[in-house]
Amino acid sequence: MVVSWRSIIWVLLEVLSSMNLAIILLVIIAIASVIGTVLQQNQPYPNYVRKLGPFWFEVFRCLGLYDVYSSIWFICILAFLVISISVCLYRQVPVLLLDMVKFHTKIQIESLLNLQQSTEWLSIDRNTKQILAKVTGTLISHNYSWRSQDYGTHQVVAAVKGRYNRLGYLLTHIAVVLIIIGGLLDSDFWLKLKEWQGQIAVERRYLPFLSPIPQISKLQPGAIPTFRGNVMLPEGNTTNFVFLSLHNGFLVQELPFSIELKDFKVEYYETGQPKAFISQIRILDQEHLGIQPLDAIIQVNRPLVYRGYSIYQSNFGDGGSKLKLRAWPFYSDRNKWLHPLDLQGSVGNEIKLSGESGDLTIELEDLRLFNLLPELDSERKFHNFGPSLSFKLRNEVGKAWEYLNYMVPVQLEGRSFYVSGVRTSMEEPFRYIYIPSANNSPERFLKFNACLHNLDWVRTVLKQNKTAIENSSGLQRDFEFIRLNLIKLFMEGGFPAVSARAKAVVPADQLYKVTSLYFNLLEDTLAKIFIEILREEGMKVDEGVGENEEVFLKDAIFALTTVPNYGAPFYLQLQSFQQIESSGLQVTYSTGTSFIHIGFFLLVTGIFIMFYTSYRRIWIWLAVENFAVRLVLAGRTGDRCQSDFINEFLLFREILNDLLGTVPKKES
Amino acid sequence: MMSISNSMPIKQWEKRSFWQKLTVFDAIWGLIVTVGSGYIYMSYRIYMDSYEVAIQILATLTLIIWGFYWKSVRPFILAVATLAMVALWRYGIDSELHKGDLLLRYFLESQAAFMWMSIFYIGATFFYLCDFLRKSEIFWRTATSLLWIATVSGLTGLLVRWRESYLLGDDIGHIPVSNLYEVFILFILITGLLYLFYENRYRARAVGVFVTLVISGFVVFLMWYTFHRQAYHIQPLMPALQSYWMKVHVPANFIGYGAFTLASMFGIAFLIRSGAEIHFPNGFIERVLPPLELLDNIMYRAIVLGFSAFTVATILGALWAAEAWGGYWSWDPKETWALIVWLNYAAWLHLRLTKGWNGAPMAWWAVISIFITMFAFLGVNIFLSGLHSYGSL
Ligand code: HEM
Repeated sequence: MVVSWRSIIWVLLEVLSSMNLAIILLVIIAIASVIGTVLQQNQPYPNYVRKLGPFWFEVFRCLGLYDVYSSIWFICILAFLVISISVCLYRQVPVLLLDMVKFHTKIQIESLLNLQQSTEWLSIDRNTKQILAKVTGTLISHNYSWRSQDYGTHQVVAAVKGRYNRLGYLLTHIAVVLIIIGGLLDSDFWLKLKEWQGQIAVERRYLPFLSPIPQISKLQPGAIPTFRGNVMLPEGNTTNFVFLSLHNGFLVQELPFSIELKDFKVEYYETGQPKAFISQIRILDQEHLGIQPLDAIIQVNRPLVYRGYSIYQSNFGDGGSKLKLRAWPFYSDRNKWLHPLDLQGSVGNEIKLSGESGDLTIELEDLRLFNLLPELDSERKFHNFGPSLSFKLRNEVGKAWEYLNYMVPVQLEGRSFYVSGVRTSMEEPFRYIYIPSANNSPERFLKFNACLHNLDWVRTVLKQNKTAIENSSGLQRDFEFIRLNLIKLFMEGGFPAVSARAKAVVPADQLYKVTSLYFNLLEDTLAKIFIEILREEGMKVDEGVGENEEVFLKDAIFALTTVPNYGAPFYLQLQSFQQIESSGLQVTYSTGTSFIHIGFFLLVTGIFIMFYTSYRRIWIWLAVENFAVRLVLAGRTGDRCQSDFINEFLLFREILNDLLGTVPKKES
Repeated sequence: MMSISNSMPIKQWEKRSFWQKLTVFDAIWGLIVTVGSGYIYMSYRIYMDSYEVAIQILATLTLIIWGFYWKSVRPFILAVATLAMVALWRYGIDSELHKGDLLLRYFLESQAAFMWMSIFYIGATFFYLCDFLRKSEIFWRTATSLLWIATVSGLTGLLVRWRESYLLGDDIGHIPVSNLYEVFILFILITGLLYLFYENRYRARAVGVFVTLVISGFVVFLMWYTFHRQAYHIQPLMPALQSYWMKVHVPANFIGYGAFTLASMFGIAFLIRSGAEIHFPNGFIERVLPPLELLDNIMYRAIVLGFSAFTVATILGALWAAEAWGGYWSWDPKETWALIVWLNYAAWLHLRLTKGWNGAPMAWWAVISIFITMFAFLGVNIFLSGLHSYGSL
């Protein structure tokens, strides 16, 4: 048997344009879409490994499931859908167009009698002209257009309404093709193609702003027909490129002009939520603008379109704010604390410190002006906790702690505290330390803390403040020893360390008694030291201290218990700052837009034509046979809901009944 | 035109065109809506940009034509407009007023109106149930009236809430379709209104019990959301939402959701009846529920309406996304699920239109589809996060 190429192609076309294929493709796209929403896309690979385990990680990676929507197979399915619909259109368009213009007067009576609706009369009324005239009049008033044809033996009136309904079908499908093509044109297919051809290579290193980028990771303007890139631009800076992200790395796309960020500001509602992000930018373009720059303001929902490039307000952040900081050491002794270290830095940069316990790096990460957090007593009300600084502290071996320090003391139950959060990994929530503030400074607490580390000094203070019992009894030295030991324990591990020690050295039957004695002694000692510190501050303490100081002491003791787990050897206070913001700009260039716009227009038009106009045909076949008039009325509709058409048809039938004066001979 | 011959009885066989059918009442309707819209424009034009004015003109035309096609909507709109106007007049320019004003406090303030809406919907459910079990004109009339009244209350509430947001501050004011709480009410209203339309047009009243039961379910959720989550507070708009697109994108989406929900209710009625026809011929169900063909027909129409609206909504969303997020399509979970919903109904329509499938399988499909649709609506908010999470639960 000879299989001709033509027949193979024909079969191929048949398969491609089949409804089943299209529906299968639709279903696959839907399923792929579900996967893409259930499995978070474009995460760093380690996250997936952790979630899925190494085996499934590899399987999923091969299937391209971490970036479903731009995986090869997904793009292929879309392309396939385009081909399938196009073939279908190619085959249907001529048929449909022909059907649209034709009236089909050349129709056999047999096929009419087989239609969904048909009725036949035999009548002796010979006035066919009048009958036809009346019928066509009715057709017109029902918005049909008609043609009649006299075949000698019989006459046919063929009428049609809503014939453009079929156009709806065409438009809808053309629209889908256009939209997918537009979408593919605007996808990162081009980047991948270039990468595959070896013309570009993704840069995966983290490079600081303004450092040189290798040529292979750069794209000239126009190198690809479409892109969507981002750049964080600090105030006062100018850029002529944006970053494109691809596979966990980036490329640099150069622009044919420069963008300068003159100013960025965030406006807030009274409640503290952001109301507007506003960038004042200036476009510098010698070639097209000459020396006259173009100034523009962009906001969310109000991009600037310049030479086909759209510039969006898409993000914001810190652009290297200048910070004045003070590091209050936690663990140093009394003499040193008096010299807290004053530092300067800027967000995005590091400060290196060297100390007894090794070198430390402070990585200044972010300065936030507003921190809108729920108030403690109600979920609904929000309170602005003021500026905060986040930074990482990294030791010599690379271990890092992350901190979040609020600049302004936070009010809790009428007292104020310097709040600092710490955590060792991004997944943990912050653990907070509440440093009580006195006279708007953490100084008193920090001095207290530092003094407690200096046992010699503590001993001196204790000597000066011996209580009567301690003096009289011979236990003097023992008490002093115990007190000092307790302080030491407490400073190393808080109350738990004290009770652990008690457990270790005291027989079980006396444990409770001794532990409470320890605690009493400890608190008494702490109070003594505290009073000494107040005295040094110049406060009159001989008549006892005020309520405020008592509360302060309680808070301070509580804070002291959290210090050992704090990690950092100092408390870093944000003294003042000069904010420099940066605005996240997104720059896009698209070639698919016009396809997509036309597609959208056709899709809506097509759907409304398809569903809200109805396609109906009616025929009247009329012949004079054996001195009688034989008349057939028949019709069909493309509507899924026949009822409206049936009603219309019944109306016509009744009219003909009246005209012919007889009842139908045959009804369908 | 032909003259009618004398031998013929006069019949309505000359179909009158759309314009010929319009009556004096239609003209009055058109006039009222135009004047009302003009008044609104005069009062609030300072808040509108030119796009929003265009949207208002479009809405006015839609309202007029809607009134031409469906007469019952006129008293409905007039009632809503009157109540909203009374509320606005009582409020004046003082949002604190409702504390002293009993009319506002117990009836017209948006929260009060939503409470009344909830009560009436539950009442309507009860009477539809009575009518279902024991066919009676009185039950049915009560049920339908309650459904209308509930919808009037809800829509009034939304309009008043719109104004209340401006009373909180000019920069806070916005159309109340910006978060899950607000769109949930919109969704309930649209579902109710669409059902009323189909009931009116096709006399399919026994399906009311299914629809109102579902609406009652939504009302219960709304109560939980209101009282347990305190979701009713008016929040200022985040920058991404400050756009005229919101006024068209969101309502179009909810016409889609409402219609799809309705389609699935008709699907359930279809399945119940077709099951009953086999197992209990000539039984109770057959006496109560409309014939299969009608149910099938309405289900199809509802899906067509939903699909059309959803297409428009998705396109509007994409156009908005191009302006707000820098691209038509970002495969954000909500977008993706909107696509899935769209593909699902596209497949449904394809099989129906080209393969002529109908009957029970299609009804099953329409019923199951509601889970896909509801996942897109609520599931995405609960389980997935993305750019589009304005209505997190
Ligand atoms: C292609 C793009 C988009 C699609 C397919 C889309 C789809 C949807 C869908 C299906 C809903 C129904 C409500 C729901 O399920 O919660 C919705 C609601 C909504 N959309 Fe979009 N949308 C798009 C773009 C946008 C954009 C760009 C914005 C604004 C920046 C936006 C803002 C909203 C709002 C405010 C609601 C109602 C609030 C809510 O549901 O919580 N949409 N959208």
